[in-house]
Amino acid sequence: MTDLTATGVAGSVTASRTVTYKSPTSRGRLPVLILFLPPALLLFTLFVILPMGEAAWYSLYRWNGYGTPTEFVGIRNFTVLFNNGAFSQALINNGLIIVISLLLQIPLAIWLAMMLANKITGVVAFRLIFFLPYVLADVAAGLIWRFVYDGDYGLFAAIAGFFGVATPYVLADRDLAIYAVLAVIVWKYFGFHMMLYIAGLQAVDRSVLEAAEIDGATGWQKFRYVTLPLLSSTVRLSVFFAIIGSLQLFDLVMPLTGGGPSNSTQTMVTFLYTYGVTRMQVGLGSAVGVVLFVICVTLAFGYKRIFMRHD
Amino acid sequence: MTDTTSGVRMTPATKLYLYVSLSLVAALVLVPLLTTALGGFKSLGDLRVNPFGLPKAWVWSNYTDILFGDRYWRQMGNSLLIAVVTVFLTVVVSAMAAFTFAHVKFFGSGQLMNYFLIGLMFPVATAILPLFIRIRDLGLLDSYWGVILPQVAFGLGMSILLFRNYFRNLPEELFQAAFVDGCGYIRFFWYVSLPLSRPIVATVSIVCFVNSWNSYILPLIMLNTETKYPWPLGIMVYRGEFGTEWQLVLAFITLTILPTIIVFFLAQKHIIAGLTAGAVKS
Repeated sequence: MTDLTATGVAGSVTASRTVTYKSPTSRGRLPVLILFLPPALLLFTLFVILPMGEAAWYSLYRWNGYGTPTEFVGIRNFTVLFNNGAFSQALINNGLIIVISLLLQIPLAIWLAMMLANKITGVVAFRLIFFLPYVLADVAAGLIWRFVYDGDYGLFAAIAGFFGVATPYVLADRDLAIYAVLAVIVWKYFGFHMMLYIAGLQAVDRSVLEAAEIDGATGWQKFRYVTLPLLSSTVRLSVFFAIIGSLQLFDLVMPLTGGGPSNSTQTMVTFLYTYGVTRMQVGLGSAVGVVLFVICVTLAFGYKRIFMRHD
Repeated sequence: MTDTTSGVRMTPATKLYLYVSLSLVAALVLVPLLTTALGGFKSLGDLRVNPFGLPKAWVWSNYTDILFGDRYWRQMGNSLLIAVVTVFLTVVVSAMAAFTFAHVKFFGSGQLMNYFLIGLMFPVATAILPLFIRIRDLGLLDSYWGVILPQVAFGLGMSILLFRNYFRNLPEELFQAAFVDGCGYIRFFWYVSLPLSRPIVATVSIVCFVNSWNSYILPLIMLNTETKYPWPLGIMVYRGEFGTEWQLVLAFITLTILPTIIVFFLAQKHIIAGLTAGAVKS
């Protein structure tokens, strides 16, 4: 700070010293605005806002991406989309991922967080191990599990061999594949949710729990009527992340199934990639983007308004 | 349900229950990872009859062939380059913008901040096709910039929010003292705000780095030349090429995730805090 004061006074500010004390914000405002804002504004507008607006525009055209879009088709892309079996499957799968997350992943995360709240040796190690899948790239996790599920070389083959049953080719089975994908999602993300709950539990006031204990509450009652209500804001946060994660799921599915077999594991984004990007159907792909955008924004606003207004 | 309060006087039965449950889950996490690493040391025949156990004979060549080839290093280098530039640009650009939101009062400041917050609401996938066309029209297709610029742009919403909240919580007195001494905004930003903001710079950097290092969909759409591929793309190509020669694919996977695992164990505290805080605060 000392060199700052020494150099700073040298400028033209001697006269305004007393004035600046009252309103330091009025001086030199323009240069900082001109220098500091435009880079962010430009990048953000060019690569986030405009593309989103263009998606809305392109979604009304039939276009292969070359020249300018001229073949206006109105809302046909959207009707095509909602009559498409693969897209309906994608919507169902996205919903299924959210349901599994609520029924399986979040209870698992709370259970583990509660266990790790105990002061036992090895807590830190367990915490690290559980968080590890989250830091791995989805693509790597997907490939690892592709091996695990492999009917010829993978662990499933070995387990089936051990029990003497026919080897299941889970990822090639259109009824089973989605459950295999769901298992990987839980494997990959439960550690992240667990960390949220560990942080939430640390904020729980011990004296409330002790009071409940004195009143004769059992372990389950303490959990159900004291801990869980106190964790409610964490639960809402965790559910929010599960929903957002489900909506943008792509990287994990590509190495596992690529959306197959026969579209049974499509998600909205893999659908967008398969039908919009690889076939260069800009209109249809943009329509998927618009649907996804509407769902995301509705969720973000609705969820914040209804469930998170107290946080 | 487990008892969290009476950690002091735990019965042996509870303790056993805890360790058995925790170990079971830990095994579910670790077994796929360990079999992957070990599988890289096996021959294909060995892998077929014995995917679980230790290799019958340790085939080091699976690993050494990859390590002595240039493919692996090139992909790692590409990923590193893209991630470092992304982090640098995101931090600089968002810190500057956040500074104006935190300290400079100007007309429309609130609206402009909300404008950036729109970026938090939807993933890059929603606008991927128009983004592809934009990058193509700018002539940036198949270049690192085609991946970096959209990544920076989509990271801005979160980073600006984190920086602004942090800048706003710096003591007001600092600001007044500096201004009395005739310090301008830019000087204040450079000499006061930034040096005091190391924790939030770390958080933003970790989140952006991990996102960029693991990113798949953007490079997949923007890059065509294999020599420019970052590792998540490269690994998929490798798997496509070697098909069912799983022992090679497994060795390659192990080597590509090894840096992540090493860095994670070395800096686990910062990474866990950064990734969870980054998500929660935004």
